[in-house]
Amino acid sequence: MSLSNFDREAGLARLRMMERIRAFEETARSAAIDEELVLGAIHLSIGQEAVATGVIETLRRDDYILSTHRGHGHTLAKGAQADAMMKELLGREGGCCGGKGGSMHIADFGVRMLGANGVVGANITIAAGAAHGIKLLGGDQIVVCFFGDGASNRGPFLEGVNWAGVFNLPILFVCEDNQYSASTLTSDMTSGNIADRARALGLRTTEADGNDVTTLAATAAEITARIRETGTPEFLMAKTYRISGHTYFDPATYRPEGEAERMQATTCPIARQREALVAAGVPSAELDALAKEAHAEMDRALDAARSAPWPADETAFADVQDIGSPLQEAF
Amino acid sequence: MPVMSYADAAKLAVAEAMRDDLTVWCVGEDLGRGGVFKQYTGLVEEFGPQRISDAPISEAAIMGAAFGAAMAGTRPIVEMRFADFALCATDELVNQIAKARFMFGGQSRAPMVIRKPMGMWRSSAAQHSQSLESWYTHIPGLVVCCPATPQDNYSMMKAAIACDDPVVYLEHKNIWASEGEVDTNHAVDFGKAALRRSGRHVTLVSWSHTANVCVEAAETLAHQGIEAEVIDLRSLWPWDKAAVFDSVRKTGRLLVAHEAVSVAGFGAEVVATVAQNIPMKALPKRLGSPRGLIAYAPNLEDQMRVTAPMIAKAAQDMMENEPA
Ligand SMILES: Cc1ncc(C[n+]2csc(CCOP(=O)(O)OP(=O)(O)O)c2C)c(N)n1
Ligand SMILES: [Mg+2]
Repeated sequence: MSLSNFDREAGLARLRMMERIRAFEETARSAAIDEELVLGAIHLSIGQEAVATGVIETLRRDDYILSTHRGHGHTLAKGAQADAMMKELLGREGGCCGGKGGSMHIADFGVRMLGANGVVGANITIAAGAAHGIKLLGGDQIVVCFFGDGASNRGPFLEGVNWAGVFNLPILFVCEDNQYSASTLTSDMTSGNIADRARALGLRTTEADGNDVTTLAATAAEITARIRETGTPEFLMAKTYRISGHTYFDPATYRPEGEAERMQATTCPIARQREALVAAGVPSAELDALAKEAHAEMDRALDAARSAPWPADETAFADVQDIGSPLQEAF
Repeated sequence: MPVMSYADAAKLAVAEAMRDDLTVWCVGEDLGRGGVFKQYTGLVEEFGPQRISDAPISEAAIMGAAFGAAMAGTRPIVEMRFADFALCATDELVNQIAKARFMFGGQSRAPMVIRKPMGMWRSSAAQHSQSLESWYTHIPGLVVCCPATPQDNYSMMKAAIACDDPVVYLEHKNIWASEGEVDTNHAVDFGKAALRRSGRHVTLVSWSHTANVCVEAAETLAHQGIEAEVIDLRSLWPWDKAAVFDSVRKTGRLLVAHEAVSVAGFGAEVVATVAQNIPMKALPKRLGSPRGLIAYAPNLEDQMRVTAPMIAKAAQDMMENEPA
């Protein structure tokens, strides 16, 4: 099968983005383990890169996204700079949150990425609110809210999805189903299925293979175009798998022996996309070069972060509040 | 006496209580794999998945359902994972659990232990680092405790499980691995402080991890000829006023230190109560975090930290700046 020029470029762009996400996280992981440069917990999305890539490529720059504790991929895909993100993970000056948030609170409002979140499920109502704001202002942007399978068991899931339905808001809820909630198999703690919950709340709901970036992107493109057109919320269930542990230091021994290896061998979205491109006649050397380039970019980001200074001490007191700020009165 | 970690001491207390009383059970996320800080490791193997129960990521349901189960005759130990996430179940705790006995005219009790790992721990940033103990002291109906040592985490966990009132049980994340001797015959009652060091010049009152930091500060002060008495309150409601009053009567000086934000922290309560009752030689002082938020970058995180040198310095100042 040969690809049209358009499909070839789109396929390469998707692979490039997924390789960048993978490289960012692998670089961050080794910076954490080998050099202890990353101080707090980081949650890797290794194996889940296609969801961020396939959905976000269908958005405009002025559309909004909200993410979870596992937010590096979404943030990069929305267009944030790896440099500022890596500095944030190292807690340095120039980090996208000034070193105050770290991985779990990564955010780049410049690209309308309204934040990762340390509280599972909390972003769902907030995302509905962002869409509410768009509607009040009469804009034509849309919101995409990413959350995990486990988050669907929190109350804000019901409240946020219902809200979007009641007020008919331009939002796509994307449940990134990697099957686990930390060390718990989500299905063990979930009654019924998650997509049915969204259907029961009246949302048009699509289920997709979250590891096949090409079909996912096509599906997402249809959905986001429809949301922009109609202003009506929808729900996308993207099946994927977290190849890495819950945090970078989680050996994930709670998974059946061999599961991660088997899934990596069969479902890794990067491997699948490479295969598809090779089968369509793209030379594998070109794909290798693309991966290498991604790693080089992240190495540079890490080098820049490593040599960046700590944030100035007094910034600890800045941006808390205007009236009664700790800069004026801290005790 | 066996030496064990702060985490294992609590686990031993839980296991013993579960052996003694079949109505005691634990519920929270990931408990079947030992809990997020491994403070439940091995318990599911002994007690099975019904009594060491996993839970969906549903804090409100965990708290609310445990309360229902308590009213139906069980004694739940509720694991909130991080004190910060317990805020997702605030209505259940504050409007329901704390008030049920009173509102229902004494018909119901809520014998629950609500475990909330608290405090700053390795760059966990603003949503995973908070010390909110004073909030709960403000809520009638709740017992609040903050153990600082393996011994106290054993003995107070035992007391909390045995208690028929709901107990907000705040363990500090930074000391899970700290080790100490544990005497399993040693009981601790709520409202009884521990004298962690005796001294005659200044009374240092604290709890949780900061009580340990006060002991460190007292050692520094001793080198300068200042003998600080360190009182670890262990439980904040009820708190051991008698022990603090006696100590301040002796030293004439009071410094309260805690990790939580100083403004409206429990230190304010201690200082006010003592000031209303005991004449002092120096103005009393409380030392807590500035009213700022906890950042990720270590140097910014440190801006919010109450350290041993800060405590020692504050005590020294009290010695030097005496009103005539
Ligand atoms: C309210 C709340 N409860 C618990 C946690 C701890 N926690 C962090 S991530 C996580 C698992 C989330 O699972 P899921 O939503 O499926 O997302 P995934 O980690 O798989 O990406 C848990 C329980 C939290 N951060 N917030
Ligand atoms: Mg999950």
